[in-house]
Amino acid sequence: MIERIAQLTGEAQAAIAAASESGELEDLRVRYLGRKAELPMMLRAVAQLPPAERAAVGGEANLARRALESLLEERLWALQAAELDARLAGDAIDVTLPGSPSQPVGRLHVITQTMRELEDIFLGLGFTVLEGPEVETVHYNFDALNHSPTHPARAKTDTFYVAEDVVLRTHTSPMQIRAMEAHPPPLYVVIPGRVYRPDSDATHTPQFHQVEGLAVDEDITLADLKGTLLAFAQAVFGEERDIRLRPHFFPFTEPSVEVDVSCFHCSGSGFMRDGARCPLCKGEGWLEVLGAGEVDPNVYTYVPTTERNAPGYDSERVQGYAWGMGVERIAMLRYGVPDLRLYYENDIRFLEQFG
Amino acid sequence: MRVPLEWLREYCDPALDVRGIEERLTMTGTKVEAIHHHGVGETERFVVGAVLSVEAHPDADRLRVCEVDVGAGEPAGIVCGAPNVAAGQRVAVALPGAVMPDGRKLKAAKLRGVPSAGMILAEDELAIGGGHEGIMVLDALAAGGALGADPRIEPGTPLAGVLPIATDVIELEVTPNRPDCLGVYGVARELHAATGAPLAPEPWLDDPGTLGPLTGAEVEVLCPELCPRFTARIFEGVTVAPSPPWLAARLSAAGQRPINNVVDITNYAMLLTGQPLHAFDLDRLAGARLSVRRAGDGETVLTLDGQERTLDSEMIVIEDGQGPTSIAGVMGGGRSEVHEGTTRVLMEVASWHGPSIHHASWALGLRSEASSRFEKGLAPEQCMHAQAVAAQLMVQLCGATLLPGTIDVGGDGPAPARIRLRSAKVRSILGVNVSVEREREILEALDFDVVADGDDLEVGVPPVRRNDVGREADLIEEVARIDGLERLPATLPARRGAYGVLSPVQRLRRRAVDALVGRGLYETLGWTFTSSAVADRLRLASGDSRRERAVSLQNPLSEEQSQLRTSLLGGLLDAASRNLSRGASDLRIFEVGTVFLADGSLGDPPGHGDGRLHVGLDGVRRQTGVAESAHVAVLLHGRMSPVGWREQQPPRADFHAAKGVLEALACALRVSVECVPPARPEPFLHPSRSADVTCRGRPIGWIGQLHPLVAEQWDLGGEGGQGAASTPAAMELDLDALLDAAHAEGREGAYADLISFPALRRDIAVSLPETVLAADAIAAVRGAGGRLLADAHVFDIYSGPQVGEGRRSLALSLSFRAPDRTLSDEDVAPARRRILEALGEIGGELRG
Repeated sequence: MIERIAQLTGEAQAAIAAASESGELEDLRVRYLGRKAELPMMLRAVAQLPPAERAAVGGEANLARRALESLLEERLWALQAAELDARLAGDAIDVTLPGSPSQPVGRLHVITQTMRELEDIFLGLGFTVLEGPEVETVHYNFDALNHSPTHPARAKTDTFYVAEDVVLRTHTSPMQIRAMEAHPPPLYVVIPGRVYRPDSDATHTPQFHQVEGLAVDEDITLADLKGTLLAFAQAVFGEERDIRLRPHFFPFTEPSVEVDVSCFHCSGSGFMRDGARCPLCKGEGWLEVLGAGEVDPNVYTYVPTTERNAPGYDSERVQGYAWGMGVERIAMLRYGVPDLRLYYENDIRFLEQFG
Repeated sequence: MRVPLEWLREYCDPALDVRGIEERLTMTGTKVEAIHHHGVGETERFVVGAVLSVEAHPDADRLRVCEVDVGAGEPAGIVCGAPNVAAGQRVAVALPGAVMPDGRKLKAAKLRGVPSAGMILAEDELAIGGGHEGIMVLDALAAGGALGADPRIEPGTPLAGVLPIATDVIELEVTPNRPDCLGVYGVARELHAATGAPLAPEPWLDDPGTLGPLTGAEVEVLCPELCPRFTARIFEGVTVAPSPPWLAARLSAAGQRPINNVVDITNYAMLLTGQPLHAFDLDRLAGARLSVRRAGDGETVLTLDGQERTLDSEMIVIEDGQGPTSIAGVMGGGRSEVHEGTTRVLMEVASWHGPSIHHASWALGLRSEASSRFEKGLAPEQCMHAQAVAAQLMVQLCGATLLPGTIDVGGDGPAPARIRLRSAKVRSILGVNVSVEREREILEALDFDVVADGDDLEVGVPPVRRNDVGREADLIEEVARIDGLERLPATLPARRGAYGVLSPVQRLRRRAVDALVGRGLYETLGWTFTSSAVADRLRLASGDSRRERAVSLQNPLSEEQSQLRTSLLGGLLDAASRNLSRGASDLRIFEVGTVFLADGSLGDPPGHGDGRLHVGLDGVRRQTGVAESAHVAVLLHGRMSPVGWREQQPPRADFHAAKGVLEALACALRVSVECVPPARPEPFLHPSRSADVTCRGRPIGWIGQLHPLVAEQWDLGGEGGQGAASTPAAMELDLDALLDAAHAEGREGAYADLISFPALRRDIAVSLPETVLAADAIAAVRGAGGRLLADAHVFDIYSGPQVGEGRRSLALSLSFRAPDRTLSDEDVAPARRRILEALGEIGGELRG
């Protein structure tokens, strides 16, 4: 009996190993472990055996049955896995074909992208964002910003007029006054927006964009201006940038400065590695990026004290700084845009490159 | 302002090279824009030569062969074409290796077979004058006192020691508040303050003339408000001749062409002092009198250049007995100009009202060195600076006799301010400490009069700075720019209580833009400027507020840019048209920008009341008479997505494609918008493929396909031969209104449990008369659905034989939801019944 069990087991093992598809295994299961198969029948017949043999034969037959069951199971898994692999291999596609359906991707205009970036930098420095009107009164655009009544910027060659005392704002600075009229100090605001001047060539368009900054508090110094703008310069042009403040003149700041950023193209040396003059900063090592200064004390005198802004702006009690930066210029420097007019042509091939 | 360094160093000569000087001037407020080299290069190759002999050239009539002692062992043989070369002369010689002003390098050469080891020079070859009649004869010039050197100069002496043959020239950007730096001496004072190098005395201290009455000419000033000072002096026995080389060289280097000694002296004195002068030929001044008056409106004057100019009453004319001779401060007249035969000169130096000169020079298109100085407003005191310098030179160079006395109408300006400068204030404004001693040193170097008072200073302002410095803040700037700015630490403000955050509406605006970009649209920026021609092309009727209330510019750059846009559509059409003409085929573009209407009625002004900070923009409209509003506009043309290997026919831009974008935008903003058949179709839209867009029942814009006639205007029409139905789709919305609505709806933030009890979805198909709009069916469903109905929308339509003529089937998806339980069919049965009844009332029949 025992020999027969071993013999059957050996046969079955060989047959299972030889099976090449999962369907054959079912036949083998019926043949060796089915109700009419020899091994199960032997098991059922154990009771008829002499008691001395029962345990040995029964034990052996059981072992053999379990071994075959698990062998069948294993073999079934292996064959099914191989069959699935074979099916999947038949599903082959060209993964290098383009995605489909291809998703259209839009872009922010580079000016919007740059303005947002600037807004975000100054939001991080504690400034709030304000917007203001593009059509302004002469009062806000010039008078309250300490332009003398005969200042040349008021001329029709320099400013678009809508009416005798109404202009297209020539800068975002009028919002300095409106912001101070509407809110008491301390005030920390940036004002992005579109401005207008009657110029048109490769480096001037009659409309362009600025981001104004204004901070007024008890004790805001020119050194604070430098720290704020250094943070801006490093955020926009790179961590290793430095800035310098050069004296300049604006009617509504005193002292007034122009701010240069060390050139990121030549690392401020003015020269390229091959010894050629840096084409971006023209060998200067510095790029002029904006005008700024301490708010001229006269400006505060144009801000009436009302319920909205009490206690108001007394130049002996408050002081602050202001700046105005050109968004087109910053984008031009950063991206090497050669002609400002490209910003307003809206050629898709231009728009595609940014945003 | 071009300043020859050689000239500047006469007054202030710091131990710095040109780069060092550039750096100091730039960092103290006088920015060096460029550095030029004027004159020759390799100056050691230019020497004084002594002509030993002159012989005729064997093969050329005009050339001579000269033996010239150039200080080397052997005399040099030089071929020369000048008629005036002669033995015994001292001449200027360029030796091989010399670099001429035009950059050409001189080489030893053969001229008609004869070797020439250099060149004997004329003035123009050294770029120090126009003279090319002959070579410069140095000993003759020296004898005339024109060189300031010994007449018998040793051969081989470097020419640079005798003549100003080379200098660096710095080009300065002078800010409008500093007209005193439009003169070499003013720049020298800046350099003195910036470097500490000594400053030579003012060149006008030595005045050969006298004050007091002058006989021989009369001046009257009829408009003292436009002419604060008018001075004049008379020179007799004047010999008009070319200027000496040193003078011609300085003018040339400064960018002025030498003309003759008298004119050159006026230019020289202007470049030195900043104050323009004008020399009249006194014998040609009718009546020997000058009158200064406002021009009449429409008065015409013939100017020096032969043009007739039309003036206005803001301009000033100077006239003699025969009428106007010049437009004051801008351009002289031909009649009384100095000429070769002039012997008596009236030297006029005046101060003019800056804005009047600015106006005249721009209005007449006449910009000059003089007008650009006058328009910035010069100090009356500068008149006498220029008179003194001119008098010195007229006597020295023109052999002139100066008559005693000076005509002086107006005199010096008002006494300049005295200002208290508090040291503590300097520190508190700058954020860096400057000692009171240093403050004093700086201010004195800049010619301020300083008296110490404890820690403070009492400061008197020099007259030339009168217009610029009147307050303590101005003095702080003077101190800061010389010492302080470069030492500033970089600190941050204390920002007490300030925190930076976008307002909800600002965040929503970014989200709106991002939603459109996310749908594959490109953002464009159009021009604010437009014209009535665009209104024509958009078929806007007369009476349309977008035409009638357009804001016009008084001074547009061109007719095409003469108005402010009332719609963003024109700009998008321009962009589309340009891109298509450049080969693009499909376009999905949008713009967010401001539109303008005169005397505003863009509806109620936007609230903007939500922000942490805001300014009352509703008040602006009252101030300017112009209402501004932010709009968003979209234009779709061609395919809505790229062609792919599995999508040969992507959907094309049409009304519903645009509406899909609109819905995506509204959904991103969590605001509901409706498209309703237009109350009055927009003239630029397809009349049966357009709609009004409403939000909370209020119209906020339009959407639709373009009218074929409008599409054709921009060459966008009928692509693919599909006719009117294939025009591009567009929309424009009042973005302020949309964002305000989104903000007001505030559908973000409060949590609702939509998860614990799922919604029950039931679809129905209902056949309706074709005339019933989808929106009507949805409205009926919503009206009847009760509070369990959470959503209803159309997901399919069908028309055909199964529903019959004049009818169509709408497949509606209905969602029912209860906050506290999962609904069963029995729960929603009453609502479903009511909905079917409501649909029945508008002609609906349940199908299947």
